[in-house]
Amino acid sequence: MPKRLDVLICSGAACISNNSQLIRKKLEEVITKEGLQEEVAIIETGCMGPCELGPVMLVYPDGSFYIRLKEDDVEEIVKEHFLKGRPVRRLLWETPEARKIAEEKKQIPFFEKQFKIALANCGKIDPENIEEYIATGGYEALGKVLTEMKPEEVIDEIIKSGLRGRGGAGFPTGLKWKFTREVQSDEKYVICNADEGDPGAFMDRAILEGDPHSVLEGMAIAAYAIGAKQGYIYVRAEYPLAVKRLEVAIKQARKYGLLGKNIFETGFDFDVELRMGAGAFVCGEETALIASIEGKRGQPRPKPPYPAQSGLWGKPTLINNVETLANVRHIILNGASWFSSIGTEKSKGTKVFALSGKVVNTGLVEVPMGITLRELVFDIGGGVPNGKRFKAVQIGGPSGGCVPEEYLDTPVDYESLKELGTIMGSGGLIVLDEDDCMVNIAKFFLEFTMEESCGQCVPCRVGLKQMYDILDKITKGEGRVEDIELLEKLGKEIQTTSLCGLGQSAPNPVLSTIRYFREEYMEHIKEEKCRAGVCQFKKKEKLETVIEKIKDII
Amino acid sequence: MKLEDLRRIREKAEKEMKLREGKARIKIVVGMGTSGIAAGAREVLKVFLEEVEKRDLKDVIVTQTGEKGLASHEPVVEIHEEGKPVIVYGNVTPELVRRIVAEHIVNGNPVSDYVIEVRE
Repeated sequence: MPKRLDVLICSGAACISNNSQLIRKKLEEVITKEGLQEEVAIIETGCMGPCELGPVMLVYPDGSFYIRLKEDDVEEIVKEHFLKGRPVRRLLWETPEARKIAEEKKQIPFFEKQFKIALANCGKIDPENIEEYIATGGYEALGKVLTEMKPEEVIDEIIKSGLRGRGGAGFPTGLKWKFTREVQSDEKYVICNADEGDPGAFMDRAILEGDPHSVLEGMAIAAYAIGAKQGYIYVRAEYPLAVKRLEVAIKQARKYGLLGKNIFETGFDFDVELRMGAGAFVCGEETALIASIEGKRGQPRPKPPYPAQSGLWGKPTLINNVETLANVRHIILNGASWFSSIGTEKSKGTKVFALSGKVVNTGLVEVPMGITLRELVFDIGGGVPNGKRFKAVQIGGPSGGCVPEEYLDTPVDYESLKELGTIMGSGGLIVLDEDDCMVNIAKFFLEFTMEESCGQCVPCRVGLKQMYDILDKITKGEGRVEDIELLEKLGKEIQTTSLCGLGQSAPNPVLSTIRYFREEYMEHIKEEKCRAGVCQFKKKEKLETVIEKIKDII
Repeated sequence: MKLEDLRRIREKAEKEMKLREGKARIKIVVGMGTSGIAAGAREVLKVFLEEVEKRDLKDVIVTQTGEKGLASHEPVVEIHEEGKPVIVYGNVTPELVRRIVAEHIVNGNPVSDYVIEVRE
């Protein structure tokens, strides 16, 4: 029997930690009590985006969007809304600016400027039900490539689409596929890199939790294109819900014959296994990731040879990020020209960002490439809360940098961000206001990379520690003017001489804050002043008092 | 599984998810205020759901709304169809529901004896 109401309750990790499971249980109870169980469907979905407002719930067909739900609200919602058709207005989303209740999801500015491809199904389908994924056209793209396209044609389509790696570096995905295809080998592998480690980043987690099949389908298409039969998903053990949803998805896909032998009766075999990462940041680097899957210590090795030539167990291996793979099926179904019509000249499609820090709407957003940082922070993010002044936006996590207000109109694409001294990165976006000290922020990220350095190469192991010590001194009022130059010199050397991306990008937070906020560094050094009031300086005793004290002792 | 099997699953699952698409051709809105429920709107709504299921109407959704003020005509049901005026039925009974579905929803002829309002 068809239902008359679909109640989608967000079961992303953020809403779950806000007790969305209790709300779900209570909903079931009250719905049964009111005898509505035949008419109302409760569906658990992945992350809907505005995590700040969780637990959130979306009711179709009217599109009422409930926020900050409490168990006590459930009875009223069921009786008033589900039974009598009167949405409980006081619990619906209210925008801070307009103070006006938005009845429909599409009227909420947070959603208005977004364009969802990778997140299209997140918050819309039940991720543990393969049939809901199929209803959205799921596995059609795999069917299409297996029955109508040659592997070379699939690769051509991906190249033409302009899709670039969403893990951070932005290498053209189609070319990566092509290089891996061209290497002759009896065995090849596809790996999905789900080792999302940047502090504040949770894009990949949301996709894995909200739409795991889109990643499996992307992997299967990639496997067909390069000639692989086996795939691995390297996912962090700290993502238990993502792991569980992936396990369910793999099991269901096998049951439906969409993974395994002879898929769509075309003779194509492909299966996927999970490998859990133990939380080392460096294992997101592809050669370290491969070593970790092989059971070795997770350390990067010099490239070349690239994984495309010699990867997992010495075989040609394709490594793509979660978000990259989630885009694949949409490109196959809608065509390369559709995808390349979105975005800028060199950066096509969309990018998912995790908005956090001093911003009204924190959460997950997907926007077309080329949108300005200002639109991201102020229109979608709703600006800085509590009347504070915006200072900068930190992009790309520990490998990225800070962008000050004067560059807010920069379009978000790989090249423009690089020019500003930051990177697209995996999509972490932290908004900083006047209460954030830029020296301290740089120190925070450097402390992270310093601790996560694998210690294999000297510039990264020793250099980052030295940079950190200098920063630490500056934040304590013990810095010297020449330290700034020293930091810049060290930073550039570490960038050019480190073995892998971790070291090569680790100085970015320091270099970019020196570039845009040099005067804050100078204030710390010369005036022992921290304008944000974050750094505590030791009070220096006057010479006379010290002499007095010594006299006392003598 | 063959590609045809996938499409069959898709068709079935799409039907179950149509509420979320907002693409229905016809929306049946049952007034479920207190007086509507007292006059039997719950039963009316259930019969609509049953009929839609029985006839496998893919582009029809059944939903509810609050009090409209026409207490003496409850249960009140509105039929919203793309590009057409809204037809409002009063004093709807399960028997009338079956007629509305057969004559109006399927064949496009409103059951004029029970229409209490036509809204542009």
